[in-house]
Amino acid sequence: MPDIFTKTMARNIYLGGSVFFVLAFIALTFDTTARLPKRDNRENITEQVALGKQVWEENNCIGCHTLLGEGAYFAPELGNVYQRFGKSKEAIKGFIKSRPVDGIPGRRSMPQFNLTEEELEAIAEFLKWTSEVNTENWPPNING
Amino acid sequence: MTTQLKYQSQAVAKPYFIAAIGLFVGQVLFGLIMGLQYVIGDFLFPEIPFNVARMVHTNLLIVWLLFGFMGAAYYLVPEEAERELHSPKLALALFWIFLIAGALTIVGYLAVPYATLAKITGNDILPTMGREFLEQPTITKLGIVVVALGFLYNIGLTVLSGRKTVINVVLLTGLVGLAVMFLFSFYNPENLVLDKYFWWWVVHLWVEGVWELILGAILAYVLIKTTGVDREVIDKWLYVIIAAALITGIIGTGHHYYWIGTPAYWQWLGSLFSALEPIPFFMMTIFAFNMVFKRRKQHPNKATVLWAMGTGVMAFLGAGVWGFMHTLAPVNYYTHGTQVTAAHGHMAFYGAYAMIVLTIISYAMPKLRGIGTAMNNRAQVVEMWSFWLMTVAMVFITLFLTAAGVLQVWLQRYQPNPLPFMAVQDQVAIFYWCRELSGVIFTLGLLLYIVSFFIKGEQPQAEQVAS
Repeated sequence: MPDIFTKTMARNIYLGGSVFFVLAFIALTFDTTARLPKRDNRENITEQVALGKQVWEENNCIGCHTLLGEGAYFAPELGNVYQRFGKSKEAIKGFIKSRPVDGIPGRRSMPQFNLTEEELEAIAEFLKWTSEVNTENWPPNING
Repeated sequence: MTTQLKYQSQAVAKPYFIAAIGLFVGQVLFGLIMGLQYVIGDFLFPEIPFNVARMVHTNLLIVWLLFGFMGAAYYLVPEEAERELHSPKLALALFWIFLIAGALTIVGYLAVPYATLAKITGNDILPTMGREFLEQPTITKLGIVVVALGFLYNIGLTVLSGRKTVINVVLLTGLVGLAVMFLFSFYNPENLVLDKYFWWWVVHLWVEGVWELILGAILAYVLIKTTGVDREVIDKWLYVIIAAALITGIIGTGHHYYWIGTPAYWQWLGSLFSALEPIPFFMMTIFAFNMVFKRRKQHPNKATVLWAMGTGVMAFLGAGVWGFMHTLAPVNYYTHGTQVTAAHGHMAFYGAYAMIVLTIISYAMPKLRGIGTAMNNRAQVVEMWSFWLMTVAMVFITLFLTAAGVLQVWLQRYQPNPLPFMAVQDQVAIFYWCRELSGVIFTLGLLLYIVSFFIKGEQPQAEQVAS
C-alpha cells in the first residue's frame, strides 16, 4: 500500500469503524426488541410452552432437527410441524411416543425418549406456539 | 532442550498444541460416524444416536480450536511483548483444568442420555443446555469462564507490561471479545425468538467477528517471522483486514435474522452487510500471497508458508464465497437450514480456523520440540502431502454437500410438487456417500499429518536471504 495511506489512518478506520458499528448494532437491537412483541407470539407463552422449550432443550432435539431453519439437518424442520401434522397436538405426541427403542433397520429413526404425558403435552404446545411466530412466511412450503 | 525459544515460558504452548491435534482426531472420527449415519440410518443406534455424535463433533471442534488459540497466544505473546509469560504455572494448571473438564463433558455426552446429563448437572437451576453448539452442561460453561478469565489475566498482564505490538493488542482484543461474547450463552429466555437473537451473539460474533481478529493476528505473526517483511507493512494490513471484518461482520449478523421472528428490515441490512463479508477474507488472501512474494528471506519451514497461504485461500473460499452464495435474503429463503449451510460450515471452519491453528503449530512445534527452525525436509514433504490431502478432501466434502443441498432445495422447496424431507434425503444419498468417501481421505490426511511429526532426517539449512 502506498505511503499516503499510513498505519495511523488504518488504525483509525479500524477503531472508528468498529465503535460506530457496535453502537449501530446495539441501537438496532433495541429497535428489534421493541418490535418483537407484535411478532413473536409472546402473549401465548404459557407455563406449558416454557416447559416444552425446556423439554426440547434437555433432549437435545436441535441435534437432529432444525427449528426455524437452525439446528442440524438430519431430520425434518419442526417450526411448522404443527401445520404439517394437521394442526394436531395428538399426532405430534403420538409420533414421539411410538418411536421404536431399537430403531428401524437401515433407516434413520428418532430415539425413544420415554417422555411423561406432561412433557409430551408441553413439547406439543411449544411446537404449536413456535409455528405461530411471524417468520416472514418461512419455510417456503409445508415440507419445511 | 528448548534452546530454540527466545523465552522459556513459551514452552507452555506445547501441551496446548498436542491436545488440539488429539481432539481434532476425535472430531474427525465422530464426523465419519455421522457421515455414515446419513446413509446407514441405524448405524450405532441407539448407542450413539446422531444428535450425540454431532454434539461431540462440533464441541470437539470448538474445544480444539480454543486449545489452538490459547497455545498460539502463549507462544507468540511473550516473543512480541519481549518478556516472559506472567505465570507459566497458571497456564499449565489451566491446561489441565480445561482438558479434564472437556474430557468429562464428552464422556458425559457419550455415557448417559442427554436428559440425564441435564438432570445430574442441575440444568434446572440455570438452564443453558440443549442449544446448538452450546450443549455443554452449565457447570462446564462456568468452567470455561474460569479458564478464560485465568487465561486473559495471564496473557493480559504479559501484554500490558511488555512491548505493545499491534499483533499483541489485536490478539488480546480478539481474545477478550471471545470471552465477553461467550457470556451470552448464559442468557436463555423462555421466548425462543429472543433466545435465538442473542444465541447468535455468541455464535456469529465469534466466527464472523472477534475470531477474525485472532486469525488476523496469528497470520500476521507467522508472516512476519517467515517472510521477514517489515512489521510496519504487516501492521497496516492487519488493521485494514480487521477493520473490514468488523465493519461488515457486526451488522452482517443480520443474515441470521431473516426468518426467526425478527423484523423484516433485517433482510435488507443482513443482505447488504454480509454481501461485503467476503472482503476481509479476500484481503487476507492477497495479504498472505503479497507478503510471501515480497519475502526478504527464504524461511526453511516451507510447510508453514504453505499453511499460511492455504489459510488465506481456503478462508476466502469457505467463509467468503460459500458464505456469499446463500447470504442474500431471497436466496436464503430457499437454502436456509439445508445441506448448503452444512457445506459452507465445513469449508469455512476448516479454511479459516482449523488451518490457522495448523499454521501456527507448524511454525512453533519444531522450536517447541527443540528441533530447530524447521523440521527436516522429509518430514516437511509428508506434512505438505497432508496439507493437500486434507484441503482437497475438504473441497470435495464441500462440493458434495453443496450438490446435495442444491438438490434438496429443488426437490423439497422449489419444484411444483415439493417432496417430504425424508423422501428427498433418500434421493440425494449418493452425494452423502461421496462426502463420506472424501471424509475418509481427509482422515488419512490427518493421520499423515501426525506421522510427519515423527519422521527423522537431516536438518534443513538455516535461513537464507533471498536473492
